[in-house]
Amino acid sequence: MEIVPAEGLLAASWLLIALPLAGAAVLLLGGRRTDRWGHLLGTATVVAAFLLGLACTLQLDGRRVDVDLFTFVSTGSLDVQAGLLYDPLSAVFVLLITGVGSLIHVYSIGYMAHDPRRRRFFAYLNLFVAAMLLLVLGDNYVALYVGWEGVGLASYLLIAFWHERPTAATAAKKAFIMNRVGDVGLALAIFIMFAQLGTVTYEGVFGQVGTLAGGTITALGLLLLLGACGKSGQFPLQAWLPDAMEGPTPVSALIHAATMVTAGVYLIARSAPVYDLTPTARAVVLAVGAITLLIGAIVGCAQDDIKKVLAYSTVSQIGYMFLAVGLGPAGYVAGLAHLLTHGFFKAGLFLGAGSVMHAMDDSVDMRRFGGLAPRMKVTFVTFGLGYLALIGFPFLSGFYTKDAIIEAAFDRGDGWGYVLGGVAILAAGLTAFYMTRLMLMTFFGRPRWEEGVHPHEAPSVMTAPMVLLALGSVFAGFLLVVAFPLEEWFAPVFGEPEEVEHVVAPIVVSVLVTLVMVLGVAAAWAFVGRREVPVTAPARVSPVVRAARRALYADTVNESLFMRPGQWLTRALVFVDNRGVDGAVNGLAATLGGSSARLGRAQTGFVRSYALTVLGGAVVVAGALLAVTAG
Amino acid sequence: MSLTHYLVLAAILFTIGAVGVLVRRNAIVVFMCVELMLNAVNLTLVTFARSTGTIDGQIMALFVMVVAASEVVVGLAIIMSIYRTRRSASVDDASLLKY
Repeated sequence: MEIVPAEGLLAASWLLIALPLAGAAVLLLGGRRTDRWGHLLGTATVVAAFLLGLACTLQLDGRRVDVDLFTFVSTGSLDVQAGLLYDPLSAVFVLLITGVGSLIHVYSIGYMAHDPRRRRFFAYLNLFVAAMLLLVLGDNYVALYVGWEGVGLASYLLIAFWHERPTAATAAKKAFIMNRVGDVGLALAIFIMFAQLGTVTYEGVFGQVGTLAGGTITALGLLLLLGACGKSGQFPLQAWLPDAMEGPTPVSALIHAATMVTAGVYLIARSAPVYDLTPTARAVVLAVGAITLLIGAIVGCAQDDIKKVLAYSTVSQIGYMFLAVGLGPAGYVAGLAHLLTHGFFKAGLFLGAGSVMHAMDDSVDMRRFGGLAPRMKVTFVTFGLGYLALIGFPFLSGFYTKDAIIEAAFDRGDGWGYVLGGVAILAAGLTAFYMTRLMLMTFFGRPRWEEGVHPHEAPSVMTAPMVLLALGSVFAGFLLVVAFPLEEWFAPVFGEPEEVEHVVAPIVVSVLVTLVMVLGVAAAWAFVGRREVPVTAPARVSPVVRAARRALYADTVNESLFMRPGQWLTRALVFVDNRGVDGAVNGLAATLGGSSARLGRAQTGFVRSYALTVLGGAVVVAGALLAVTAG
Repeated sequence: MSLTHYLVLAAILFTIGAVGVLVRRNAIVVFMCVELMLNAVNLTLVTFARSTGTIDGQIMALFVMVVAASEVVVGLAIIMSIYRTRRSASVDDASLLKY
């Protein structure tokens, strides 16, 4: 659909980015003076951005609006205009980021109340929101890249927010470095676009991408996928996301569950015209999604850290979204719908986990929880609704959106469709298992609290966002799939929805998924709920559990394949530098210095010896002259 | 007297001067030997001017005298100040300008 220039309120949509950015600037530059009211300003800017985004979206009316801002880079044949593209796709992201972002800012007021660096925390959160909005609003890949790096920076700063803990500092570095691997892919993709097409705007790239050779398009698709994998914690770059849970819990909820990690899905959905032309890259997206959703679900079953379970669940759910967008036009809407509902219930679950940690003196070990339901009623109910939404309990959010993805997988119609659908259903069962295990270990059974822990409900500034997110978890799926179908909303971006022949009837899929889900819940009850939970993890377990506890050896593989050879390479280079390069330079200098010192000995200071030298020289010159003239 | 007599005399004077510079330690004597060498050269210049019948050599000799006069002023002043600080006019004692 045609892109039209912006007018009216939409022309001011740059304020969406400017507001949180100004908030971050005031809080960071204002220093301690802003300590007293910094958190209120930080929250206000994001709420204002949300209201502005809401107004802009209401004015959108199915159009795609371009806001031209200024010339960002103009050098030689490279000309990058800074501009924003406000279309239905970016609109839903703006609402998700600012909406969930506002709730989490409010929650953080309570969660970080006793932290001496609360102002800085809000500054970083604002910086994140601004960068994330730039990422989804930019109308070219360079703007997207700037936002992409901005959220990476904010994520790094926030994971390492408690940088006095070595684990947090290490996790932040790990996240940053693994993200760099993906960013290289994205940067190379942008270079290819510029070198081959001479433009980096979405409009220009998508209009001309068909003129490229097939191999180039496939390379473009794979490089963009590498970038998406890095940011979204997808196989093979999934290992940083669970470690990122070292950051404060609101960060885990906003950045590492609801928004930033879904940027990869956005990138692939936005680049749909590229992937439409390259079935190979699209098949790789499918494979990455399927592998990741299984890895996340399997590892999630064996973790004892409540946030790690939720993190692996996030990895797995984003795997679902990758699977959906890898299916092509049939799956974009399903994947994005799941992204939105996941944003609600996973943010709610993380805030609930934060509330539990708040009550348990910042412990995250589920083996020391138990019996919290009567002590924390609001947390229990909101967390429970998020849990039901995540496992796909009928008529809650996850039910609608996850079923849509599984249906779309079956609708491929070939053998792979059945494989992918089967994997997705299996992972749905595993999801039910690990989430039920989490619920049982945390809220039910006999209390296994450590000495001196007195669980209490969180203050209302924390529970209110949890209640709102729980409402979203319950109703978002119905609203987005049945009441106001996203397919029509996204029609200007992805084209009018087509009537598809369902290979497997939707009702059969729903019943099947529900059955598997019930099986997973029952299995969790049989393994965890029926018996007493041991306070320390049992040592005698099957190899599968041992592998899952170690995250399927992802860190081991990374260390032996990349880290150790990298260290060897570094050491070898340092050796060559010290002995080779430095050796040559230092040797030359030493030779010159030594010989000049030896030559200097000739300067004895005795005038008469100098005079003899002069005389000798004169005799030699005279002799030479005589020899020449006489000869 | 032929040209050769003058030139041999000049060579003898120059050699005496050069040997004096090399073997004597007293700065004043070294200085006088330097003057002797200069005047030996002057003698050759004047001799050749006379034998060729031009005045170029005489002009050159005048220049050398002027330079020698100014050199004497500066040189004696230096020797004086060295003597004042070191109580010695030996050129071997003033050997600090080295590596």
